[in-house]
Order: sequence, then structure tokens, then C-alpha cells
Amino acid sequence: MNTRTLSLPKTILLAAATLLIATGCASAEPAAPSAVAKESESLSISDSWVKAADEGMSAAFGLLENNGPTDITVVSATTPASSMIELHETVENDAGEMMMQAKDGGFVIPSGGSYELAPGGNHIMLMGLTAPLKAGDESTFTLTLSDGSVFEFTAPAKDYSGANETYEGDADMEMDMDAETETGTDN
Amino acid sequence: MTDDQQNADRRLSRRHLLLGGAAAGLGAAASVGIAHAVTGADPAVVADSVLGGFATVVPFYGAHQAGIETVPQAHVTFVALDLLASVDAAALRRMMRILTGDAARLTQGQSALADSEPELAVVPARLTVTFGFGPGLVARTSGATPSWLRPLPAFTVDRLDGAWNDGDLLLQIAADDPLTVAHATRMLLKDTRSFATVRWAQTGFRRSPGSEKPGTTMRNLFGQVDGTVNLVPGTADFEKLVWGGAANPGWLAGGTGFVLRRIAMNLDKWDELDRGGRESSVGRTLAVGAPLTGVNERDEPDFEATTPIGFPVIPEYSHIRRARSENTNERIFRRGYNYDGQPSGASVSNSGLLFASFQSDVDAQFVPIQKRLDDLDLLNEWITPIGSAVFAIPPGCTSTGYIGDTLF
Repeated sequence: MNTRTLSLPKTILLAAATLLIATGCASAEPAAPSAVAKESESLSISDSWVKAADEGMSAAFGLLENNGPTDITVVSATTPASSMIELHETVENDAGEMMMQAKDGGFVIPSGGSYELAPGGNHIMLMGLTAPLKAGDESTFTLTLSDGSVFEFTAPAKDYSGANETYEGDADMEMDMDAETETGTDN
Repeated sequence: MTDDQQNADRRLSRRHLLLGGAAAGLGAAASVGIAHAVTGADPAVVADSVLGGFATVVPFYGAHQAGIETVPQAHVTFVALDLLASVDAAALRRMMRILTGDAARLTQGQSALADSEPELAVVPARLTVTFGFGPGLVARTSGATPSWLRPLPAFTVDRLDGAWNDGDLLLQIAADDPLTVAHATRMLLKDTRSFATVRWAQTGFRRSPGSEKPGTTMRNLFGQVDGTVNLVPGTADFEKLVWGGAANPGWLAGGTGFVLRRIAMNLDKWDELDRGGRESSVGRTLAVGAPLTGVNERDEPDFEATTPIGFPVIPEYSHIRRARSENTNERIFRRGYNYDGQPSGASVSNSGLLFASFQSDVDAQFVPIQKRLDDLDLLNEWITPIGSAVFAIPPGCTSTGYIGDTLF
């Protein structure tokens, strides 16, 4: 089915454009008043990791937890490991296929709750690795939250042969991202 | 520290999983009993009692690595890896950080990071993971190589098969449950994929936990009580002969040396020997493992005792006489396992012993014993060393460090 491979690059490009705009907006916003506890102080992450990759794309995972009184929204993310980064969700499209796309409105971690980033689900997508991400390397990630505060965490790279839906959006189609880049316009 | 909190949460969920599994596996009446018990009791205590100790965890972090002083678990997998040519000290650091982190988690009954089968991690069953470094690994660091870290000298009894020798990195993965061992082995080997290839893997077993009184000496597949005379963890002798080693390089302080010998036991030929012959070959009774001059397993053998016609009760050629040295420094800590492979040809057995021993100086402690056995030991008629490997066991680490952090 053509839509499978056609839809992905478009999704990525669209999302990338959205992200650039969103990032620009976020950085222009003034910091939240310091009298109120920053959202970043209520946020924690456990089991963070990023998939090892030589080049191109990868994804970061972990369990975000919010022990604060209000919901926290992760608006954007940055890392020195990648020149482009997106907050992604994996959703079923009209054809019943699991597709990844930028998460509208960012990741919302409910007050007193958690938000899982996992292969096959929500994840932080790295779309332009600046250097090989070798197993055991630690990468630093900076999340910008809805109140303008930032939350930083590190994640070790792990060899992981799954998490391919991150690149393909379709578990049925065994195609790595290099092949996709080369032939992604048609199938 | 938030880590502790997270760990507590994970443990809790593990307990719930354990209890869920236990309840599902028992009858309805028993389930009701468990549900009742759960309401008023610490879930961990309930889980441990319901599951017969399989929820027990062995601490990972410490001055020494676990899996040495640990009472031997029922199942073990030893894996030796060959490092890829590209692996340098920086890569070793990356690899051991990942391996240490996952070993620490798995041994506590927590899934490995990015565990693809997290449900398999919930039964720790006293899992320990012990790492060892071969000469090829040490050579890639700036650290000194212990003088004894090299293949053992050739012994005349050896018929070494290249399939079971040497290696750069050793993993000893042991637990009271074989599925726990298999899952931990797989998760850890997945961590090594961009650093190394598997050279060999050997699995071994003892009796299942709960099948005999704790502390009972292992029996090998000849039926012999095997391991009566052994160093005892916590004693001054153990400290000196396992954790000592003043001549070892500084990075090995808190560590020790390790020898693994794969010893084929010819069970088919052993079948031809009567009970008296079997006992005199070793010098101990089969029933309780007592020396032929004694009554109980722990009785000291009397090597001077003679039969009415003047022959030694414990023959000159017997295993226990040949293994013993006048020099009390020539002692080792044994932690062996049985193996049972697939027979080939006309044979109906392919079995033996994974002779595993820890000693701070392999050349000074292990080699003299093996030389005496090589020179004369009636048991050599039925046993053949077919694999041999020597590793340095680095010290343990703290929760912020990694195994090997004293070396690279």
C-alpha cells in the first residue's frame, strides 16, 4: 500500500517545520514568575535510555513522573546528540496502521501521574544525529515545560533492535531508515 | 535519593506480580488464603514465603562482586566473550557501565533497561552476575596484568578442546531458577553485541533449592560428595586466599582469580567400576562422603591408617590424598557445577563437572594442586579436562561506579 511509505516522510517534514516554529516561540517566551514552584521541580524521569545508532535517526525513552499539583506539559526538547528533535506519538491512522507523528500540544504528564515514553508508543524522536550514538554513551536532554522552566536528564545509549516503528510507523514493513530515505517516495 | 524511591516502587510492583503469579498457580482456596494474608502483611514477606524463597535478592553492589561468597545457586551459565578488535579502554568503560547497570537491576528482580521481556525479570531467585577479565581485556587498558592471568600450563591429562578455552570477558550468571538465568544471560549478551562476540557458553546445575538441607555438599554425577574440603567465606583463610593477593596489581584489590575447567566424566566407563573401587579412587565413602578412615563427611582423613595386611586405608593414588598439600597456602575455593550434555555415538552420556575455583593467585594455589593430580590420581582414569580458562575477577563497585572502574 503506497500510503504507508508515502505518508511518513511527509509527516516528518511537516512535524519538523512545526517544531521549528514551536521552538522559536518557546524560546521567545519570558520565564515564569519565580514565586510559584517551577514545573521542572515536580518532574522526574526514570529508566531513561536512547537507542544506539550510527547516524540518522534515533529515539529516547523513559518514564516521566509528575509529583506536582498541576499537569505539566513538555513543550519541546533539545539534545546535543541531534540537530533536530521532536516529541512523537504513535497512533493508528484511518487505514488501521500505526503511524508516528508529532504530538499535538506536547506530552502532558498529569498531576500525580506518569507518562511513558516507550518503543511503539510516545517517544522523543532524534532526527539528525550529530555523531554516532554508541552503546554506553550518555546523552543529555533538555525538556522545555509549559511554564518555561527546563528539565534536564541524561540517558545512556543501548543497542536495541526493536523500536523500528520509530522510523517506519509500520511494524509490517521491514525497512530500515536508510532504505526509507532512499526509496521513501514510492513503494 | 530518588533512585531509592524508584527502586522501592519497582520492588513493590515486582511483589505484586509475584503474588499475582502465585495466586494464579494455586487452587482457589489457597488464593483466598493468600488474599487474606496480603491485606495485613508485608507483601515481600508473603511473596517470599509463598514462593519458597525465590523472591530473595542478593545485593549487587559491594566491596567484592556477588556470586563468589554467595551460597551456590542451583543453576549457572558461564559465558566467555571475545572483544572486537575496535574495543579500547573507552569502549570497555561504555560496555561495563551498561552491563553493570543491567546486572544490578536484574539481580534485584527489576527488568533490565529497555528489557524486551520485563515479565521474565520478576523472579530474582538469588540471581548474581559476576564479571571476569581475561588477559586480552586487561591488555587493552593501562593496567598491569597479574602474573598468573594466562592459560594454565599444559597438563598431561588435558585433552583440551578449543571450544571451551580462554576468553576476554567472563560472565558468571547464577540463580536458583533456570528461566531467570536464561533471561539475564540474554539481556546481558544483548548489551555486548556492539563490543564482543560469544566465544563459548557453558551451563551447569546442582540440586534444586529446597530439595535437600541447606549447606549440603554438592554431589557430582559420579554420585560422589564433591567439595567437602573447601575454604569458607567469612573466615581468615578465605580473606587471605581468595581476597588477598598482595602481589596482585592495585586494580584487583578486592578481587580475585578464577579458573574454570570443563572436566568430562566418563560415566559409561565409571559404570564398570564396583562400589569399593569407586570409593578407593577418591578415598571417601559414597554414602556420606566420609574419608575411608572416618564415619562422617567432615572427619579428618587419617592418611597413616593401614589395613590389617598393611596397605593404606586411603590409597596413595586416591584423589583426596593427591589433592591435599602440606603447604596450607595451596588451597582454593571451589564453586563447581555439574553439566549434562547430549551423548554422541555409542555413548549414552556426555557429562561432567564445571570445576570452578576462586583463588587470589592461580599459579601459587591452583597450579600446584593440579600438578599433583596430573602426576598421579586414580580418578584420572575416568575424568578428562577438556576446557580451561583463567580470568581475573575485579572487585565490586558502588552504585555510582561500574565493574572494572578500578582498571579503566
